[in-house]
Amino acid sequence: MNTEALMTMLITQGIVISFASYFFYRVLTTPPKQEPDSFSENDDENISNEA
Amino acid sequence: MSAKSDGWGSRVGLILAMAGNAVGLGNFLRFPVQAVQNGGGAFIIPYLVCFVIMGIPLLFIEWSSGRFGGRHGNHSTPYILDSMVKGRILKYIGVFGIFTNIAVAAYYCYIESWTMSYVYHSIIGTFNGMSQAEVANFFDTYVDVGKSTTGIPYEAVVFYIVCLILNTYILSKGLKGIEKVAKIGMPLLIFFGVLLAIRGLTLGTSGASEIFPNANAWDGLNFLWTPQYESLLDLKVWMAAAGQIFFTLSVGMGTIHCYAAYLDAKDDIALNAVSAGFMNEFVEVVLGSLIVIPIAAGYLGLDWIIENAGFGMAFQTMPYLFQQWGDVLSVLAGVFWFGLLFFAGITSSLAMGTPWIGFMRDEFNWNQTKGAWSFGLMILILGLPTVIFFQEGVFDEYDYWAGTVSLVVFAMMETILFSWIFGMKKGWREITSGADIKVPNIYKYIIKYVTPVMLIIIFLGSLFKPLNNDWSGSLNSLFSGNGWTLDNGSIIKTITHAGIKEQLAVATDVATQTALNDKMFYINIARFLLLGLFVFISVLVYLAFQKRRREGRATE
Repeated sequence: MNTEALMTMLITQGIVISFASYFFYRVLTTPPKQEPDSFSENDDENISNEA
Repeated sequence: MSAKSDGWGSRVGLILAMAGNAVGLGNFLRFPVQAVQNGGGAFIIPYLVCFVIMGIPLLFIEWSSGRFGGRHGNHSTPYILDSMVKGRILKYIGVFGIFTNIAVAAYYCYIESWTMSYVYHSIIGTFNGMSQAEVANFFDTYVDVGKSTTGIPYEAVVFYIVCLILNTYILSKGLKGIEKVAKIGMPLLIFFGVLLAIRGLTLGTSGASEIFPNANAWDGLNFLWTPQYESLLDLKVWMAAAGQIFFTLSVGMGTIHCYAAYLDAKDDIALNAVSAGFMNEFVEVVLGSLIVIPIAAGYLGLDWIIENAGFGMAFQTMPYLFQQWGDVLSVLAGVFWFGLLFFAGITSSLAMGTPWIGFMRDEFNWNQTKGAWSFGLMILILGLPTVIFFQEGVFDEYDYWAGTVSLVVFAMMETILFSWIFGMKKGWREITSGADIKVPNIYKYIIKYVTPVMLIIIFLGSLFKPLNNDWSGSLNSLFSGNGWTLDNGSIIKTITHAGIKEQLAVATDVATQTALNDKMFYINIARFLLLGLFVFISVLVYLAFQKRRREGRATE
C-alpha cells in the first residue's frame, strides 16, 4: 500500500471515527431532560433540570 | 388528535434504531464499489462534502419535520406534511413516505431472506469444496424458485415467508420491539464487521493461489484509497458521491420522520441526528471499505476486482473466499458476514413498517398488531412477484422506481416544502429547539439554498442521465451544439423500455425475442402493482381527510 493511499485512508477513517465517537459520547453524557420526556426508561426517576 | 400510543425506551435505543435504519447492505457493498469506480481515495472528498451540505441538512429536515408532526398527533408523512404546510394537495406528497417503504420492503425482505438462508448454508457446510463458479451458480439456482438447493421445495419462497413473519412479529411489538432488535443487532453488526475487517487487513498475500498468483489484499486497499485527483473534475464522480450519501442515510423514505414523531417538543434532535448519521458513516467508511474489497483482492487479485466489483459479490463470491480459511473459520466467517448483512437488513426493514402502522393508527384507530400484520400481508402480495419473477426483472423494477426514483422525488419536494413553504424561520426554530449541541448558523443558508439545489440537480440528473453516465462529455457536447444523448438508464428512457427495445431490435433468434418480450410484460406488471399501491395509499389519505373533516380536525 503506498503512502498516499495509507494517509488518505487513515485521515478519512480518523475523521469519521472521531466525529462518530464525539457525538455518541455527547449523547451518553448529556443529562436527560426533566420528566416527562419521550423515553420510558427513566419514567420512575425524578430528574431536576437545574443543570 | 390521536393519543401517543407508542414510544422509545431510551435515547441510545432511538439512536441505534435510527442508525440501524440507515445502515443497510449498501454500506458494505455499494460504497466500496462506488469508490473503486469513481476516483478511489479522491471519491471521499465529494462524498464527505455531500454528507455535510446535503446529508446532514436532510437529516435535520426529516428529524425536525417528524417531531413537529408528532406534536400534532401525526406519525406518517402525509399528515406530518399537512401539519406543517396547510393545503389540501400537499399531504399527497407525503404518500411517497408510505408508498416507498411498502414497495422497498417487498423486495428488501427478499434480500434479507437470502442472508438468513446463507447463514444456514454456511453452518451446514453447503459451500464446502465448491469452486468459485459453483458458488456463483448456487445463487442463480437459489433465486430460480423452480429449483431447490436444500431439498426444501420452493426454498427461496419459504425463507422469504419466514423472514416476513419475523419482521411482522417484531413490528407487532411496537417501537420497543424494534429498539430491542437495534440494541442487539447494531453492536453485533459492528462486532462482526470489525472481526472481518481485521481478517481483511491481515490477509496480505497469503491468499495468492496458482490461478491468481498476484493476489494481494493490500492491492485492493491501495486501489480503493489512492486518490486520483483528476477525477474530482469529473461531474460523474460528484453525482455518484451525492447519490451514495443520499441512499446510505435512508433519507427521502419517511422512516426518519416516523421515528422522530415519537419525540417530545423539548427533546433534542440536532445531536441525535448527527450522532445517528455519523454512526452510519462509521459503518460505511471504516467497516465498509475494509471487508469486501481487500478480501476479494487477497484471493482474486486487483484485475478481477476492477472487472467484477458489484453487489453480487456478497452472495456469489464471498462464500467461496471464506472456504479458503479452513473448515471452522469458513463457517464462522459465513455466519459473521451474512449475520452482519442480516442485521443491516432487518434494522432497515423494520423501520419500513412503522409509517404504515403509524398512519393506520392515527387515522383509522388500528392497533399495533392489526397494523403490523396488514403490513406483512401487503408485503407478501407485493413481494411474491419479486421472488417468483426475480429473473424476469420484477425485483430490479421495484428497486428502480421505489428504491431510487421515489426517494429522490420525495426528498426534493420535502426539502423545498420545508425551507420555502414551511419557512426557514420556523424550520430553524424546530431544528434548534431542545438541541443539545449548537447547530452552526451556516446550516440555515445551506438548508435554504444549497440542499434544495443539490436535490434538484440529482433529480434532473436521474431524469436526463447522459449516455454512459458521461456528464463532462455530455455537457461539452450540449454547449458545442451537438445535443445531449440520454442513457437507457435515465428515467425518460426507462419509462419507454428503450434498453429492451434496443436489444429486441438486434435480437435475431426467436428464443431471445420471446424472453425480451416476456421481460417487458413482467416489468409492466411490476409497474402496474407499484402504481396500484400508490393510488391505494392516496385513496386512504383522502378517506382519512374526509374522516378528519367529519370529526372537525381537518386542515383546509
